[in-house]
Parts: sequence; C-alpha cells; structure tokens
Amino acid sequence: MSDKDNNKKEALFSPRNQKLLTNPLGKDNPINVQVLGICSVLAITVQLRTSIVMAISVVAVMGLANVIISLLRKTIPPRIRIIVQLTVIASLVILVDQVLKAFVYDVSRQLSVFVGLIITNCIIMGRLEAFALQNKPWPSFLDGIGNAAGYGWVLLAVGFARELLGSGTLMGYNVIPGFLYEMGYEDNGFMILPPMALITVGVIIWIQRHKDRDLVDIS
Amino acid sequence: MKALHNLIEKKVKPHFEQDGKLSKFYRTFEAFETFLFVKGDVTTRGSHIRDAIDMKRTMFHVIIALIPTLLFGMWNVGYQHFQAIGVDADIFEAFWFGLLRVLPLIIVSYASGLAIEFVFATIRNHEVNEGFLVSGLLIPLIIPVTTPLWMVAVATVFAVIIGKEVFGGTGMNILNPALLARAFLFFAYPAHMSGDDVWIYTTLQEGQQLVDGFSGATPLAVLATGEVQSLPSVFEMFIGTIPGSIGETSTLAVLLGAFVLIATGVGSLRIMLSVVAGGLFMGLLFNLFAVNEFMEIPVYYHFILGGFAFGTVYMATDPVSASQTGTGKYIYGFLIGVITLLIRVVNPAFPEGMMLAILFMNVFAPLIDHYVVRANIKRRLKRVTPVEAEPQS
Repeated sequence: MSDKDNNKKEALFSPRNQKLLTNPLGKDNPINVQVLGICSVLAITVQLRTSIVMAISVVAVMGLANVIISLLRKTIPPRIRIIVQLTVIASLVILVDQVLKAFVYDVSRQLSVFVGLIITNCIIMGRLEAFALQNKPWPSFLDGIGNAAGYGWVLLAVGFARELLGSGTLMGYNVIPGFLYEMGYEDNGFMILPPMALITVGVIIWIQRHKDRDLVDIS
Repeated sequence: MKALHNLIEKKVKPHFEQDGKLSKFYRTFEAFETFLFVKGDVTTRGSHIRDAIDMKRTMFHVIIALIPTLLFGMWNVGYQHFQAIGVDADIFEAFWFGLLRVLPLIIVSYASGLAIEFVFATIRNHEVNEGFLVSGLLIPLIIPVTTPLWMVAVATVFAVIIGKEVFGGTGMNILNPALLARAFLFFAYPAHMSGDDVWIYTTLQEGQQLVDGFSGATPLAVLATGEVQSLPSVFEMFIGTIPGSIGETSTLAVLLGAFVLIATGVGSLRIMLSVVAGGLFMGLLFNLFAVNEFMEIPVYYHFILGGFAFGTVYMATDPVSASQTGTGKYIYGFLIGVITLLIRVVNPAFPEGMMLAILFMNVFAPLIDHYVVRANIKRRLKRVTPVEAEPQS
C-alpha cells in the first residue's frame, strides 16, 4: 500500500489521529511521564502570564517544526538530519521571538533567554526524531500540537500554583483577599524559588500516578 | 493497668476489628493501643527474639533526651523577654511566660503532623509511624519563638508530606523531616526566620517598653557584623542565656541530652564526635588563615554558638537520614562539621550553617554508604587467595 492509498482511507480525525493528540496530555505526557523539558518548567513558571506565553510559543514552534520536517523527511539525508532539524527549529524560534517582542514586549523581556532556549527543548527534538521523520505531515502536526499541549498544561498548572501561593496574584492581579493579609497571611517566598517548581511537578506526577496505575513501574 | 487492658480488649477493640463499625479507623486505634501496651503478636515460624523496645519506645528515649533543652528553652524565652523590657522576674515567672509561648507551637506542630500521619496510615492501611513523635517536638525547638502558628502548621504539613510520605513513610525519608520544616520556613518566610527581631518575644503590653540599647541579635549575627567585642561571655553562651531558636541556645542542656542518647545507645556517638572533629578542623583552618575577626575567634566558640550543639546531638544522628555504615558515619559527620563552619564564616547570606549542612549531607549519605560498602567488598575480595585454574584436559 502506498502513501496515497493510506491517505484516502484514513479520516482526518481517525481514532489513531485522535490518540496522537490526546495521549501526550495524559499517559504519555512529555513532562510527567517522559520527564523532558524540565529546565524551562523550573525557569519560567514564576508567573502565570509567562507560562501562558511560553506554552503558546512552544505549541506554535512544535506544530510547525513537525510539519516542516515531515514534509522534508524524504529529502533530508540521514547523516545531517539533526542539523536540518535544528535549523528549522531555530528559524521558527526566531520568528516567535520577534512576534513576542512586537506584541508582548514586557513578557518577552521576562522570558529573556528562555524563548531562545526553546531550541534546546528536548521535547521538540525528540518528537522530530521519533515521529515527524517517519510520518506524514498531518499526523505529525497533530503529534506536535499534542505534545506541546501536554507540556503546556503542566506549565500552566505549575505557573498557576507558583504565582498564587508565591505572590498572591494571578496574571498580575491580586486574588488573595486583603483581610487575609491583615489576619497575618503571608506569601510563600519559597514558591518563587526554582526548587518549588520541581516539587510542584513532583506533586502533579504523584497525583497522576495515583489515578493511573499503569504508569507506576514496579521494579 | 490490668483493668484498663481488659477494658480495651473487650469493649473497645471489637468495634475496630474486621467487621466492627469503625473498622476504617483500625489504624488510629492501633496507634493508641500500642502507645499503652506492647502488642501481643507472636512470631509463628522459626525462633525470633522480640525486644520490648520497639520504635515507639526508641523514639521516647529521644523525647526524654530533649526534655532538658525544652525546659531550658521555655525558661530562656521568658528570661529574654523580661530582659528586653527591663523587668526583674524570678525563675518561675520567666518559665511560666515561656511555657505559654512555647506550648502552642508544640501543640500545633503535633496536631498538624499527626493528622497527616493518621490520614496516610488510614489510606495506605499501614501502622501509624512513630517517627513523628520526635519530629513534632524537634520542630518547635528549632524555630524562633515568634513564628506564627499557621506557618508552623504549613511547614509541618509540608515536611511530613513532601519529606516523608512521598518516599513511603518513616524509615524511607531522605531528609530529616524536622529540618526540612525549618528549611521550608527559612526560605518561604525569611522575615520570620532571620534578622534581629524574631528571636525574642517583644510584643509589648501597655506600659512596657524595650530597654535602651536592646538589639535582639543572636551571637552569630553579631559575629557576622564583625563586632567580636560585643559578644556575650563564654559562660552565658555555654549556659544558653542568649537569643536564638527555642531549644538550641543552651549547650549545657544539649550535653545532658547527649548523655541520655549515648547511654541508651539511641544516638550515634560516632556521628556526634565526627561532627565536632569536622568543626574543629575547619575552625583551626580558619584560625590559621584568618583574614577577618570572625575567622579569628577561638574554635570552641563555634560549638557553643547557634545550633551547632543541638544539630550535632539531635539532628545529625537521626538514624534514618544519616549514613548507616560505620566508616560512612565518620565521613558524614566530619563533613557536616566542615560545611557548617564554612557556611557560617564564609557566606554572609546565611548566619547559621547547621541546618543546610545536615540537609546537604543527608542527601549524600546514601552515596557515602554506597562507596563504603563497595570499598569493603573490594578489600575482602583482595584477601581471597586466588585458586589456580585447573588445566583443561
């Protein structure tokens, strides 16, 4: 069966394609299960705003990179594929960086070097190597979006917890009522430090494994 | 005693057994039952000798060893307070004042920690672990008296869940839970854990005022500013009439506790000695290459200042998070001593280094053990006389 026959038979959102999108959100999550891309989770989740912007940026870069590599997959010589992948990702990241600078300058300044470091995000390279090089553009696109979303929701969850408990704000607005502060409540300075991001991710992993026993490896 | 035992066995216990209506809370019942009576379990196979000293009773030895520091700490809280407002108070007044301030901290620490322990024991259906008996008393002893109660509760809950239950409960933890609670407070609410205003209870009533020249700084904070001449006398620092965390100030009380721990065999003498050796080594090294006044102070100052003595006796010797091997204990303790002084003297951001040094070495303890065991295996393999391989026919 050639590629074309396959294409006609498979619906746009066939069960297999849906899985590509939903698996990375749960039991194949790049952060919770594969433990990839942890560095950026530690670095940019102090505030919810930066987490959201970062998540969107990664979704954009990853979806597009997967499509481009998938389109090129038959023309890329295997020996230089990593360099080609890096070039593609780097170009996309530069685009994203410019867009951020143009429209959300303050967030872009807070993210500083970490937008550039999307290039080194292991999840993106991993998906290009493992998926986009062997699959057609549409599944690759879904896979990219799915994995980036799996990365994104963890980012948002951690950012939410850290900003709420660490600064008492969400998206920069005060959400902890003033009378609590008058009663002696104080923001938790530890939440702003990177170790608590790691512990928050750990707690998310703990909850997920508690619910999904398949993920617990008994060795 | 017998009557009580019968009452529990006949009247109370059936409710909690398999088909009693409270069977869900069997673990809670069991915890209180073993508190009073040693369990009547008998081993069924082979011959085993069971000692009456189970973990609950081991932990009690530590509690007994902590009593001197606790009592002295309570008195010192009152003493420091009355000194600060310039009132002459007798020993009982001071003690009573301190008791009223320290008791809430202890109650909150125990209540929040044990609540978590009971919840986890019920969910996971294992025995309630006794480890928290000690942690629950250690936590109030290593924090300043002015720490708000809700912070103590949050820190205790954090330490028990993240420090212990995540790893599987008592005996599985990597870090000392009490120190983890303190570290949590230290990083989360630094304003309440450091500086000059937190160590002495100075909430004033009407008509009271602080005496002139009151500073409230701990000796270590004084040293960090380089004013060696305004230190309290050696005698004061040894007895412990200085500002500091509730239980840590008195080296004398800690020594009494150390005696109990060593005599009962609960605390490791090796660790205590090697921590002191490490401190001695580093202190002498600083003396040798002294460039400022902090480096020049006599080495023994370090042992009677801050939490060095308390940490050495009660925290570094924690049997779970310390090294397990004999040689490992020497390395572990020695490095705690060295790192403590290193942090104290060289890093101006942290006036006290005991907490961070012990936590740091807690993390390294399994690694030390691993290499000690490896080395042992290697050494013993060398002793084996190689047998000539028989020529193959």
